Amino acid sequence: MSAGEITRISGPVIYAQGLADAGLYDVVKVGKAGLIGEIIKLKGDLATIQIYEDNTMMRVGEPVECLHRPLSVALGPGLIGSIYDGIQRPLPVLKGLSGAFLAPGLAGEPLDTRKKWHFVPSLKEGEPIAPGTLFGTIQETDSIQHRMVFDASVPASTAATVAPEGDYAISATLVKSGEGKEYTAVSYWPVRTPRTFKEKQVTREPLVTGLRVIDVLFPIAKGGSAAVPGGFGTGKTMTQHAIAKWCDADIIVYIGCGERGNEMTEVLTEFPTLIDPRTGRSLMERTILIANTSNMPVAAREVSIYTGITIAEYYRDMGYHVAVMADSTSRWAEALRELSGRLEEMPAEEGFPAYLPTRLAEFYERAGMVTTLEDRKGSVTIIGAVSPPGGDFSEPVTQHTKRFIRCFWALDRDLANARHYPAISWNDSYSEYTEDLIAHWDAIDPSWDTLRSKTMEILKKERRLADIVRLVGPDALPDEQRLILLTAEMIKNGFLQQSSFDKVDMYCVPPKQTLLLACILTFHELAENAIKNGSPLLKISSLPIREKIIRLKSSLENEKVQEGQAVIQEIRAAFAQLGTTAQGAVSA
Amino acid sequence: MRGLEYHGILRADGPIVIAEHRENVGFSELVRVRDRSGEYRLGRVVDISEQAIAVQLFSENTGISIDESWIEYLEKPLTFRVGDGIVGRIFNGLGEPIDGYPPIISSDLRDTNGRPINPSARVYPRDFIQTGISAIDGMNTLIRGQKLPIFSGNGLPHNRLAAQIVRQAKVLSGESQFAIVFAGMGIKYDVARFFIDSFEKSGVLSRVVMFLSLADSPSIERLVTPRTALTAAEYLAYEKNMHVLVVMTDMTNYCEALREVSAARNEVPSRKGYPGYLYSDLASLYERAGKIEGCEGSITQLPILSMPNDDISHPIPDLTGYITEGQIVLERDLSQRGIYPPIAGLPSLSRLMKDGIGEGMTREDHRDLAAQLFSAYAYVRSVRDLAAIIGEEELSDRDKIFLGFGDHFEREFLAQGEFENRSIEQTLDLGWKMLSILPESELVRIPPRLIEKYLPRAAEPEAKE
Repeated sequence: MSAGEITRISGPVIYAQGLADAGLYDVVKVGKAGLIGEIIKLKGDLATIQIYEDNTMMRVGEPVECLHRPLSVALGPGLIGSIYDGIQRPLPVLKGLSGAFLAPGLAGEPLDTRKKWHFVPSLKEGEPIAPGTLFGTIQETDSIQHRMVFDASVPASTAATVAPEGDYAISATLVKSGEGKEYTAVSYWPVRTPRTFKEKQVTREPLVTGLRVIDVLFPIAKGGSAAVPGGFGTGKTMTQHAIAKWCDADIIVYIGCGERGNEMTEVLTEFPTLIDPRTGRSLMERTILIANTSNMPVAAREVSIYTGITIAEYYRDMGYHVAVMADSTSRWAEALRELSGRLEEMPAEEGFPAYLPTRLAEFYERAGMVTTLEDRKGSVTIIGAVSPPGGDFSEPVTQHTKRFIRCFWALDRDLANARHYPAISWNDSYSEYTEDLIAHWDAIDPSWDTLRSKTMEILKKERRLADIVRLVGPDALPDEQRLILLTAEMIKNGFLQQSSFDKVDMYCVPPKQTLLLACILTFHELAENAIKNGSPLLKISSLPIREKIIRLKSSLENEKVQEGQAVIQEIRAAFAQLGTTAQGAVSA
Repeated sequence: MRGLEYHGILRADGPIVIAEHRENVGFSELVRVRDRSGEYRLGRVVDISEQAIAVQLFSENTGISIDESWIEYLEKPLTFRVGDGIVGRIFNGLGEPIDGYPPIISSDLRDTNGRPINPSARVYPRDFIQTGISAIDGMNTLIRGQKLPIFSGNGLPHNRLAAQIVRQAKVLSGESQFAIVFAGMGIKYDVARFFIDSFEKSGVLSRVVMFLSLADSPSIERLVTPRTALTAAEYLAYEKNMHVLVVMTDMTNYCEALREVSAARNEVPSRKGYPGYLYSDLASLYERAGKIEGCEGSITQLPILSMPNDDISHPIPDLTGYITEGQIVLERDLSQRGIYPPIAGLPSLSRLMKDGIGEGMTREDHRDLAAQLFSAYAYVRSVRDLAAIIGEEELSDRDKIFLGFGDHFEREFLAQGEFENRSIEQTLDLGWKMLSILPESELVRIPPRLIEKYLPRAAEPEAKE
């Protein structure tokens, strides 16, 4: 361990001398308080260090100790259900140490060292060890089996001893190699290095979120990456929370990066009370929280994103589908900017450092569906919130993020103002995964693609008509075109808009999603025919079935989707009664 | 060293003073500078190297000379002396009493920077505060422990609104001890006077702690004022178990001071010359609101900021909106039409509202009613745009009904008297009365069950429940 001393202090950035043998991105303990920091620049034996904690009253001349290892996370059983700060310190443990307020210089074991886990070995003595070898399993929660696989840093060898089945603490040696290396249930991995896998796969499986506007109009694939940009108050966090609650991933890593403390508390209080519809267990049993709120030190905000994604990759490597919510990547980019400013680097756009796009690319590229070292299939999906200043999407973080994601869910101020949530704009959003996912949706409902494109077509037409209406008023339009406006209104109220407070509507299964659309589009098609046959629009719009369709989203329970078919019959009956020969039917 | 003055400085540049390096000076340490006339100024260490120390002064720098200046390092960060005696007192931005009464007697010194609340120690705020103002209670509910700023503009009645909230705010479930912390940054004397008078009239002056850094005080002092005030608030809330309402005005002046210092330090500016860390800096203030485990008290923040040129996308309101839990936006157009309080219906928002209302807290219909009012009012706005082009006569019958709804909504629901205190039931019933203007089939955001129960029927227009 080499020791140096502080020569300059400038906010969270300090300079230290005497660390010639230190490496870039090594962890250091700074000052008498032993604050955690990271070396970000080396010049001769002068090191530039960013500190992850508050350094008030730190003095020039205080010691700096280099730990000669990069910032790493501890990976092992017990991660699930935890809440950590940006450098994986367990917040509930810190609460025990310093009370409700965080003091600098605290340390806590990220994983519970006393808890005993039931270990089942899957390796016999004398068998070979290599990266990708499974050596045992631990049932971490009722739904998550923790598979302990040797990671890429483990040298090939043979197992000299393997612990028998039984209950062990995480510090207990489970496997001993021929060379005498000991392995416990815990391994360490540097956060800035992506974890190794065999190969990336093309992803054709959707991540079903239960949010209709996403699943049908702008779907995301497992292993994909998406950005949710929106000005303040447009519902970025609400959207992220909704996805974290209902998406069909096995594990959720929620990174609160530079956001509000109360939002993390909300997750902490709400998730344990919610039931995962797929496993029947509490949602907290699949969730890991990284909380680095906006008032916590800025350097730890920069690293929190990496801490989160590394934990996600760890579970991916066991063959799970993990979804990472990063809220918000803009705060992370701003942390980069702040540190870059302290380093007196030459700024590029709007003061952001020139390496911003590189960092964003590296981060989003850690998403993907992969074949793990153990030859299983696992994925990491990244959904990153972006908070553009003034809600202006032309700013650097949004623009650069767009280059590295394939799903763009733009949040719209006008929709949010009308309390239309999720406020995902159907005009500005896009998804490049749609084509890849058709095959998968065909198995659920073959009409998915048709319904989808018809809906988009109507919304597009409506947008054009809305421009005309803005100039001449709706009365000037012929009935066929006013029907488009009427149907678009139904799509918005009865399909796109989804209430996260309504017990039935908060989560929508795929068959119900297509059914709702089928109802609306059947109505549309029959109405079109009716108009052709001379029925006035006013009569059609006042059909009571119209209101029933709009309310169907909250009256039809997910488990009773079949009953919805009756509604389509009702629609047909209603139009038949209208006294017209309505024969057209939607392709469903 | 404490009690030891070092003679001379190297450079004086705006609020930044550079002095020769001394042993044992800590980052962020409090510094006292004495000038040739014997006057003392406080400052803070912002950068230390082996050769020099940079000090940022909290007061103006006239008269600082290279040779005839003495610096004393006080071996502590800027602190505020807390104790029972602070309630009812008036302090300057640095926490020194300016009301002519003796200093606070206490040995309890608190670092004004505070410490971040451990997110896992927070208690999620859920207690509804009734302000008696329909636009807030009904549409943008204030919750105990929330930070809800008022986005205003010059000449809009934000001070009257803030005073009305302070006067009327009460929690439905039981009474408890409360205090008001007022931080005035760069405001005029009249504004401070207005608040003092208003507190006095409503009989709460003895429960107010005031921190005043008026427009004629040095601008740098504004950087410390809110921190000192919040330190007092934290003491009262978390140690004395009081419910503290913090009014901070005007945050725009605070941010300007921050920009001034940043420019003096030659930092790389980000938007409009504000430093890149404006977000983190504001967060370090706003995030000091909340409730914590094992503690009765709470801190509710009501910061007031004037949007330069009424521009909500200006960095100050923009970054504030990203940190705070919603915003109350005042609208010039409404104000000019004589509507008080001119709270803009659509851009205003309370993020904590969703968990503090509903059955058992306000009333079961609150959430759906508010959603429907928002949605209908948003449509009114688009109809008005249309009417401006094609004329009201050309509108469809449906749109005309909405137009009528919009006018009633603004004149009867949003508007109310400055001393009118509406109960939440009154507010909600008024909301239903507004909705009864619309055809029932338009109320798609409300479940039929609630419509059945609460919507006043034409036959009995004043019916309630």
